[in-house]
Amino acid sequence: MTAGCNAGRALPVMLPLPEALRRPAAPPPIRLSLSHGIALAGFVMLTALAADAAGVAAPRAGVLAVLVRWSPLLLRGFGFNILISFMSMAIGTIVGAFLGLGLVSLRRAVRTIAWALTQFFRNAPWLVLLFFMIYMLPFQIQIGPVSLSLPDWVKAVIGLALPVMANVSEIVRGGVQSIHPGQWEAAESLGFTRTQQLWQIVLPQCVKRMIPPWMNLYAILTMATTLASIVGVNEIVTLASQVQAAEGGRTDLLAPLYGYVLLLFFIYSYPIARLTQRLERRYAVRI
Amino acid sequence: MHGIALWFRHLHETTGINLTIAYDPFDRARFLRGFLVTLELSAISILGSVLVGIVGAWLQGSRLRWTRRFVQGYIQLFRNTPPLVQMFFFYFGLSVLMPTVKNRFGMQQPLIGGFAWASISLIFFAGAFNVEIFRSGIEAIPSSTIEAAEALGYTRLQTYIHVVLPLATRVCLPALTNNLVNLIKTTTLAYAIAVPELLYVSNQIWSDSVNVPVMMVVLFIIYIALVGLLVAAMNAWERALRRPGLGT
Repeated sequence: MTAGCNAGRALPVMLPLPEALRRPAAPPPIRLSLSHGIALAGFVMLTALAADAAGVAAPRAGVLAVLVRWSPLLLRGFGFNILISFMSMAIGTIVGAFLGLGLVSLRRAVRTIAWALTQFFRNAPWLVLLFFMIYMLPFQIQIGPVSLSLPDWVKAVIGLALPVMANVSEIVRGGVQSIHPGQWEAAESLGFTRTQQLWQIVLPQCVKRMIPPWMNLYAILTMATTLASIVGVNEIVTLASQVQAAEGGRTDLLAPLYGYVLLLFFIYSYPIARLTQRLERRYAVRI
Repeated sequence: MHGIALWFRHLHETTGINLTIAYDPFDRARFLRGFLVTLELSAISILGSVLVGIVGAWLQGSRLRWTRRFVQGYIQLFRNTPPLVQMFFFYFGLSVLMPTVKNRFGMQQPLIGGFAWASISLIFFAGAFNVEIFRSGIEAIPSSTIEAAEALGYTRLQTYIHVVLPLATRVCLPALTNNLVNLIKTTTLAYAIAVPELLYVSNQIWSDSVNVPVMMVVLFIIYIALVGLLVAAMNAWERALRRPGLGT
């Protein structure tokens, strides 16, 4: 009865509610569109203009002109951030996948070790892990006759890959455990070995489900690449402060510069977030 | 106390494990202060961000289109940009525009200091996630419950405070715990704007005594313990709030 009333169909015995008593329809979810991006860009321009107005009128470049002039450098720095994120994600995903399979291993010892590693790297702050790698890894490693030098950015890639690894491991475990145990049993009754069960029956079913959280993790990692600036890698945040210094340390440049960096990251990761949401809805497990 | 200090000094001399915070009063004092700053920063940003989440989720159900748009814009902006750059934007960018006050030495000092800016940016960052989390909890409440509250004459705000929020909190506690754990880990970013929190003082200590590995282990243990404590507290709260028949 109530359901019919809610849907707006008046039952013969129940008149539709008068306008004053009707509950307002749930507000439609808002989707950001191009207009929001323009508004955001406008926000950066506004901070630029406000900073311009606040500064003393002197013969120096306007804030917008400075941003435009240094854009190639800043964009290259942003590209470096993306590169770091790709490499950390690749390393973290490969190692983390095996760690995650260790979490669902039948051997107790393997499970315990994988669990301890996952918990440790998942619960330690990213920045501390990054410091750890920067200080602990040597400048150079000698593998036989070849000596490999490890610049700071390589250490940062490894340092960022560690928490990614632990999170991927949890994603893999969650994915494997979301598969009904009947699948394992059915595969076993058909004579598949444990490895075959995992690789041929279970994993193909759950890889799809692991993609949205994996992409979410990638977005988080992309944000975390800025941490590399703290340990001295020449990525966009470092470059932004260098640009400010190159312009004579003008304090009115700070808000627009960091606003510009925020905007770049937003433009890059907002589409990823939207795509993740859409995939989440598509692959949602219906029980 | 003196015996413990002696033992750690002995440990340093025999094994090279240099735990200065255990025997050097100066290091111990600044380490403790850093720990307290981390605790304070965590507590303030947890409370603030939960408050932002509660208020934001209420505003998201508003009838005014522009309020909803504003909240949505806030969420997307803070979710999709790096927290470190947010902190820099606040601390370096906005603090320039803020008024300064004279401190007791007669020097000009910004009205809002590093600690306050760190709290503000962490509250905004984690708050954006909390709004989404509370909203997901609110969506899980059957509309008949809200209609029942309305039938009893509750206003929208009363319904939210007395009916929707208590139920939604129970639904979204696991997700909230996750986000708050993340928030505690993110407090380390305050290092970048020279707030003397745990990582910052540890950096000072290992710069002075060159005991990076030892301090790293101490840091890991403390952060994992902090996270563990929060998770235990949230789980206990979840159990205490549990109502038979609601949720799983």
